[in-house]
Amino acid sequence: MTAERVLRRGDDSAVLRLSEAEAAEIGNDPTTPLDDERVLLNMGPSHPSTHGVLRLMLEMEGETVLRSKPVVGYLHTGMEKQAEQLTYLQGCTNVTRMDYASPLFSELAFSLATEKLLGIEVPERATWIRMLMCELNRMSSHLLFMATNGMDLGAVGMMIYGWREREEVLRFFEIVTGLRMNHNYIRPGGVAADLPDGWEDEVVRILDITAPRLDEYDVLMTGQPIWRDRLQGVGVMNSDEALALSATGPLLRSTGYAWDLRRHESYLAYDEVDFDVIVGTYGDCYDRYAIRLNEIRESMKIVRQIVDKMPGGDYRVQDKKVTPPPRVRIDESMEALIHHFKIFTEGFKVPVGEAYASVESPRGELGVYIVSDGTATPYRMHVRGPSFINLQTMPHLMKDGLIADGVAIISSVDPIMGEVDR
Amino acid sequence: MSDEETTADDTADDETPAPESAAPEADISSDADESGSAAPSAERYGAVLADDGVLHTDAEGYLDVAAAAKDDGFDQLIDLTAVDYLTFAAPRGLPAGHAAERFEVVTQLINHESGERILLRVQVAADEPMVPSLFDLWPGAEALEREVYDMFGIEFAEHPDLSRILMPEDWIGHPLRKDYAVGSIPVQFKAASNIR
Repeated sequence: MTAERVLRRGDDSAVLRLSEAEAAEIGNDPTTPLDDERVLLNMGPSHPSTHGVLRLMLEMEGETVLRSKPVVGYLHTGMEKQAEQLTYLQGCTNVTRMDYASPLFSELAFSLATEKLLGIEVPERATWIRMLMCELNRMSSHLLFMATNGMDLGAVGMMIYGWREREEVLRFFEIVTGLRMNHNYIRPGGVAADLPDGWEDEVVRILDITAPRLDEYDVLMTGQPIWRDRLQGVGVMNSDEALALSATGPLLRSTGYAWDLRRHESYLAYDEVDFDVIVGTYGDCYDRYAIRLNEIRESMKIVRQIVDKMPGGDYRVQDKKVTPPPRVRIDESMEALIHHFKIFTEGFKVPVGEAYASVESPRGELGVYIVSDGTATPYRMHVRGPSFINLQTMPHLMKDGLIADGVAIISSVDPIMGEVDR
Repeated sequence: MSDEETTADDTADDETPAPESAAPEADISSDADESGSAAPSAERYGAVLADDGVLHTDAEGYLDVAAAAKDDGFDQLIDLTAVDYLTFAAPRGLPAGHAAERFEVVTQLINHESGERILLRVQVAADEPMVPSLFDLWPGAEALEREVYDMFGIEFAEHPDLSRILMPEDWIGHPLRKDYAVGSIPVQFKAASNIR
């Protein structure tokens, strides 16, 4: 009988390797729960604390989670297949919808991979604008984490505060890119538009607002005994486990393992700014919370340096095959009109080859792997979504814990389902 | 894939550090020796995969090469994916004795100590798409291999739970294969009389 086989399976694995059909069979079986009182519990996909459409199958004994299995795919829209139909210029509109809390990182990774294939180098100002926008995006993404993590753990006020601060950043994004989310701002060859006049004042204003509010978060959460009791020692993982499970980002750093692509495989101009890689000690939910809180501070530090150091020059590469000509040129030059038309209808051709580019997104290593067959659309585009891979740690973090702690763990892994399912 | 068995053994046994440019199948030990000055793969691979070493292997030698890589300090599996070369004869830079097959499974490993990354490429035949699972070496391969199975129909032997992960369990077909249609929804004009 399936139920017997599954629920009494004598492995001490944390992962419940059970198909949905088997689970349904057990659910319909009148003889379950068995006499050892293990039950299968389904959580999600529409559950307020599952951050979208994550579903968990939990094998429970009382309130204790024995084994679990994240079931994903509810948001799968075939974006990797879709990428094969879209030109490299359109590609950014596709990938930006994956990790919708930090869309600029997907755009950046896609652009870096495309530029590697094209063999072009973007102007310095474009690099620094990318860095500015990404660090602001890291702030907004971690602020969103602060909001949802607080809400998941009962600090409901925190949800409003986190959202309030995030909105300041998104408002700046709207000024620069025209959109609050899904910007399509970072493109192969540079960025879509130069920063507007007075951007420094706006950025400094955001930093000045955010800094004291992060200190308020400390008062509200960091030092509070209830908050600490709720998170400390919950969902513990060590570095070896994190490495084995391919975890990256705050999840890996929380175990005390200092690995940040910005530092260790420096891209853009991160080697020219000063920042610290935040690591934890115990690898628990509290460390992951504290890492993200302090990464906001580090990002603010980077943004301040960018404001001081922003170089002049062009915001995109002047390669007529890749960059659309300025609007005024179209009225004057037949060639400009042709180039403009060609770029937006056929797209630009990318030499045969393949490239992998990765960036440190707020969730870990976000990589884009492109195989080009020499046409204007990628032959294959694969995204290494950190959320998707980090999700594998969840059963191990939840094992032998309480189901109420499971909510804290889901929150601290911080998966974005758009990126998980793609 | 039987005609490639001998090459797999050759690759695994080749312990001598090979010259950088002329060693497309340079085995893992030579790679580790050169970790300070990693061979530019642009020459080795004939592609623009900058700063990455590439190791070609076939399904038989795959696990051995991967295990050797793990012993040499490649402590994390970063990425695992596949490419269906059905409609594109890519210059894959395969060493002699390795035949290009329809599928290629690409695994990326990282050595945090030296900061080195390598790509492990294994050719997978269309008629028997099966490679060993890396789960025992890096448990993090589990979800990625399930994704490749789901999207390409490539099976991973000894995988603990080889099932669909993104598509529904009862789905037929493997969407990222090149002969899987993209699909489309007919868009109709508002004026048309037969709106669905």
